[in-house]
Amino acid sequence: MAEIAIETRDLNLWYGTFQALFDVNIRVKQGMITSLIGPSGCGKSTLLRTVNRVNERLGYVRTTGTVDVMGEDVFAAGVELARLRKEVGMVFQRPNPLPLSIRDNVLFSHRIHRGNEKVSRADEDVLVEDALQQVLLWDDVKDRLSQRATSLSLEEQQKLCIARLLPVKPSVLLMDEPTSALDPKATEALEALIWGLRGSYTILIVTHNMAQARRASEECAFMLLGKMMEIGPTDALFLSPKLSETADYIEGRYG
Amino acid sequence: MPADVQADALSNTIADDLNTRGRDWYVDRAVSVGVFVGGVSAIVFIIGIFIFVTREGLGFALGTLDVKEFFTSMNWRPTSERNPTYGILALMAGTASVTGLAMLVAVPFSLGAAIYIAEFASGRMRESLKVLVELLAAIPSVVWGFIGMSIMNPLIIDMFDVPVGLSVLNAGVILGLMAAPIMTTIAEDALKAVPDSYREAAEAMGATRWQVVFKVVLPAAKNGLMAAVLLGVGRGFGETMAVLMASGHAINIPTSPFDSVRALTATIAAELGDTARGSDHYGVLFTLGIFLFVVTFVINLTADIVVKGVGKKQ
Ligand SMILES: Nc1ncnc2c1ncn2[C@@H]1O[C@H](COP(=O)(O)OP(=O)(O)OP(=O)(O)O)[C@@H](O)[C@H]1O
Ligand SMILES: [Mg+2]
Repeated sequence: MAEIAIETRDLNLWYGTFQALFDVNIRVKQGMITSLIGPSGCGKSTLLRTVNRVNERLGYVRTTGTVDVMGEDVFAAGVELARLRKEVGMVFQRPNPLPLSIRDNVLFSHRIHRGNEKVSRADEDVLVEDALQQVLLWDDVKDRLSQRATSLSLEEQQKLCIARLLPVKPSVLLMDEPTSALDPKATEALEALIWGLRGSYTILIVTHNMAQARRASEECAFMLLGKMMEIGPTDALFLSPKLSETADYIEGRYG
Repeated sequence: MPADVQADALSNTIADDLNTRGRDWYVDRAVSVGVFVGGVSAIVFIIGIFIFVTREGLGFALGTLDVKEFFTSMNWRPTSERNPTYGILALMAGTASVTGLAMLVAVPFSLGAAIYIAEFASGRMRESLKVLVELLAAIPSVVWGFIGMSIMNPLIIDMFDVPVGLSVLNAGVILGLMAAPIMTTIAEDALKAVPDSYREAAEAMGATRWQVVFKVVLPAAKNGLMAAVLLGVGRGFGETMAVLMASGHAINIPTSPFDSVRALTATIAAELGDTARGSDHYGVLFTLGIFLFVVTFVINLTADIVVKGVGKKQ
């Protein structure tokens, strides 16, 4: 039985007075790719953004219940957000590289988290190459690392947004529709890359694309109206869903 | 061919409809004409002022004026009977020292305020601060001059035990406080223009609010911030009344912040009333005017280019 990387227990979440999550219980297995599907507005992004607590930027979010990442309660009083977010990287719907050079983007997180520790330029070069290799971007950009990251194509930007998480060795990667801004070819490339990361990282990925969930995930969770409906191995969920709502959704009856 | 006839009739009624000009049409025309006249007249006024200043000053500047003396002599003796000299070096030094000190005061203040308002304050706090900053920007310069004379002056004399408190220090601080609100507003706009997705990305990587500000927001907004500083410089350069009142108005190349100085603008304001139109003194003051005009124009243009241009090549 695989270890659990993310576990929520009776997670409820309110935006002001609006409740977006209802008693969500989910266990995400370590080293696997778990996709999160469900109709628009059902709370997929909300759930994802609760795991690294980036939701709290808003200021009017309230939660009850617990979220554990690698066995640690993320809401516990002693938890440092910086450390949590080092452990749990996030990729957004629109590629959002920082307006710095490619190299500085890759090293951004590492520089934040290493404190006063001195790291030589050569060591940094190794980190950069390693991260960019993992996202299959190294060969394309190795000669222009000092170029602005915002000048890259969307596909390259999104790969870079994954690469910049890797130097700090996160255990979990959250991805919120990471391919929705990309064309089909770029989507395919991203999927291949994400698939290649499984095993090394636990990946929880939101997608609107049934085919993508099917192709590119090992576990699949279906949400509806803020509730976790069904979760299981992707093949089983798609071939023989337990609930009629799940079946309706994967057959496209919800839109 | 009844169908044709019908179509004709139809197109006629449509044409009629299109030809009727309703009230809205006239209102629309009136407004656009009004806006056009307003816009054009602003340009006409500026060109008019420029022509006037140039006409009064340029003849003198190109003819009688010793340009080398003008820029390199410390002696500003326009009223001397025997040998009037028109050297603005000391006046430039006065303006530069006061403006420089003003920026030393204004940049940290306005940048700090802008960062607080744009990145940290929220809700009512932010709104009230913005209103406050706008109020500060609206204080007339003569009031600032008055504060310089009646509050800062004795304060400086007391604190530093110096004989006069009307000095570079006084005028610089006053001018800095004066320029800070407008610089704050522009700097805040520059910070606000940084997309939130950058902040979110950095925070999601574990950056603290301060790391986000220093490593992401400030670098991303640096052109706008530069422009804010440049516009502050332009403001300080052109300011007259407060500087006239707080600087001591003594022709002097300052060697310490406690020296009195005289600014270019203040010189024009103080002397123009006493000159005979067409005299050399009158002409040289207008030459000063042209000089100020050109420098301010260059500063503003640079600010504009910095905002629009520099980011592109990266
Ligand atoms: N910042 C917010 N403030 C208030 N309500 C919000 C906020 N963000 C999301 N919601 C609401 O919470 C519910 C869940 O939103 P969420 O973005 O998590 O859905 P989603 O499943 O990711 O949808 P999509 O597929 O469209 O991205 C929606 O009803 C949405 O309107
Ligand atoms: Mg979403």
